[in-house]
Amino acid sequence: MSDPPVTPEERGDRAEVSRRDLFAKIGLLVNGLAVAILATPVVGYLLSPILRGDRGQYKRWISLGELDEFPEGQTRLAKFENPVTGVSDGDTDHIPCWVRRIQGEQFQVFAINCAHLGCPVRWFAQSKLFMCPCHGGVYYQDGSRASGPPPRGLFQYEYRIEGGRLQIKAGQLPTLSTTASLNRRRSECSG
Amino acid sequence: MFRLEKIWNWLNRRLQIGGTIQEAAAHPVPRKSASWWYVFGSAALTIFMLQVFTGIMLALIYVPSAAEAWNSLQYLNHVVALGWFLRAVHGWGSNFMVAVVLIHMCQVVLFGAYKFPRELTWLLGVFLLLMTLAMAFTGQVMRFDQDAYWGLGIGASIAGRVPFVGKQVVRMLLGGPIIAGDTLSRFFAFHVFVIPGLLIGFISLHLLLVLKLGINEWPMPGRIVRRSTYLEQYRELTHKTGIPFVPQAIWKDMFFSAAIIGSIMVCAALFGPFGPSGYPDPTIIQTVPKPDFFFQWLYAMLALLPPQIETPLLLVGPVVVIGFLILLPFFSGEGEKSWKRRPIAVVTLSLLAVALGILTHMADYSPWSPVMNGWSGDPVPPEYLNGRSPLERQGSLVFQVKQCRNCHSIGGSGGKRGPALDRVATRMTHDQLVRQVVQGGGNMPAYGKNLSPAEVTALVSFLETLHPENELPARDAAQAVVTRKEQNPAATHGR
Repeated sequence: MSDPPVTPEERGDRAEVSRRDLFAKIGLLVNGLAVAILATPVVGYLLSPILRGDRGQYKRWISLGELDEFPEGQTRLAKFENPVTGVSDGDTDHIPCWVRRIQGEQFQVFAINCAHLGCPVRWFAQSKLFMCPCHGGVYYQDGSRASGPPPRGLFQYEYRIEGGRLQIKAGQLPTLSTTASLNRRRSECSG
Repeated sequence: MFRLEKIWNWLNRRLQIGGTIQEAAAHPVPRKSASWWYVFGSAALTIFMLQVFTGIMLALIYVPSAAEAWNSLQYLNHVVALGWFLRAVHGWGSNFMVAVVLIHMCQVVLFGAYKFPRELTWLLGVFLLLMTLAMAFTGQVMRFDQDAYWGLGIGASIAGRVPFVGKQVVRMLLGGPIIAGDTLSRFFAFHVFVIPGLLIGFISLHLLLVLKLGINEWPMPGRIVRRSTYLEQYRELTHKTGIPFVPQAIWKDMFFSAAIIGSIMVCAALFGPFGPSGYPDPTIIQTVPKPDFFFQWLYAMLALLPPQIETPLLLVGPVVVIGFLILLPFFSGEGEKSWKRRPIAVVTLSLLAVALGILTHMADYSPWSPVMNGWSGDPVPPEYLNGRSPLERQGSLVFQVKQCRNCHSIGGSGGKRGPALDRVATRMTHDQLVRQVVQGGGNMPAYGKNLSPAEVTALVSFLETLHPENELPARDAAQAVVTRKEQNPAATHGR
């Protein structure tokens, strides 16, 4: 079977439509490409909280003060500056922590955040307990869970003693999937 | 008047929207739908517009920076003329908006309005509810006070429970590894740009669907929704016996919206703005963070859930609830609309309302939290010390000093985490008291390491005096027999 003859006008029309069609498609493609190229840095920008952070400043040891400031057998509140600061942090860079000097150079440095939902726990020296004001989590003096909803004991910072000063590694809000010290695993490997 | 009409005509000749507006306004609604029960949707829209307006007003002064936000709110409250009032209207508007959206949703459920052909309207409504709640939560963060700071910590701790990618989720939520300036900035972007933008889009679609599909008719018991016949029936209700929305139905919406705006302004004027509470310096740990009213049920639930099921429930619960809401019109898209023939819907809603109400009420006095100053605030009532031995009085000192009172009340004051101890001696024997104090258990810490034996003896001898005069303290019957036997072996044969 042969096709019926096509008039030149018809052929021309068809060719023009398909040409426009083609350009429309190329136009779409070009725009898609532009969006994809633009999207790459945007996605990188959006993911910056995940991508940056574990490097640089966070490796620094932060001093909590002279050893004498922490009498043996006592637990005291210490404050430090978060190692990385942003331009608009205000006083949110001041982070508290509980320092327990067991004896000599043996310490425990606890994060202030309850292991349940992150509220600030308070130390009661008389009963030797940490209590949380939010949902009633209670911890013993060694940070282990005593009662209430927390699924684990208090989070602890890595510490060392250098030149008569107590130093910790900090920089992260501790939750069940994040540690208080940022690059804990790496330093554990190297040390 | 003539001039106005001329201007309008000039505009309309170019815009050509007069007909569309007129058609939309005068669209017929079923006669019985022009009811006071059908005013909540329009009220929610009115409050949303109020929130957008007051939000823009506040943005003229507010500084979305962790360093400045709290100060700029103080400035708004105390220096800027009527700044306090606009903050109060925005804050109360938020509470009213959540409430009205919830009532609107309950009404839709009870009236079966989500059924065919309004499934998509309902679906958009579910997203609108979620976004309204997101606005309420992010708005609380805008206040950037201590409650906001530690509230973010709670949010991050919940996010940290997500398996495998918990760390990444926490980072994305906070905009970094800790709560800081970037955290507030991103919540600001969500509160002011992202979510309101989505809200405007979804509200428009929601409204468009109401116009296209028509408002739900008043449900009659026995009038069954079927996909094959419903549209015909509805057409009859609107086009045969219906009335035009404007002006015959809209006046109720207008009255109610005005009443709501009025109520918001009265609340704002009487009760003032919300906070800000304490300054957001994390080293000020003398704080008892609490969420805003509409999240208090969650706060209570987080305290009351058994620890073992907390993480699964926190992660799976929202998925189940939202999934149920999304699927509702698809498995219940036909059938009865009237609440009189839908007992499951009525019972479910009532149970939900009661549960959320009770949880919210419990969050008011949060019996699960230790009273942090319970031990130092109130003395032991004198009548509990009258005529007591020195050892027992010493015990009452131990009781105070060791913070027992943070969790146990006595004489009506103290914590409610543990049981009140005014009658503890009637429930527990000497040995049981010693064991409980030393070993703890039943959600009480063990005090064995923190109390000397002498302190335990004193404390328990004080606790043993805690019983009404006419009620004997608990005793171990077997023990009495055994001790008597030891003292005088022959005597036991007498009985």
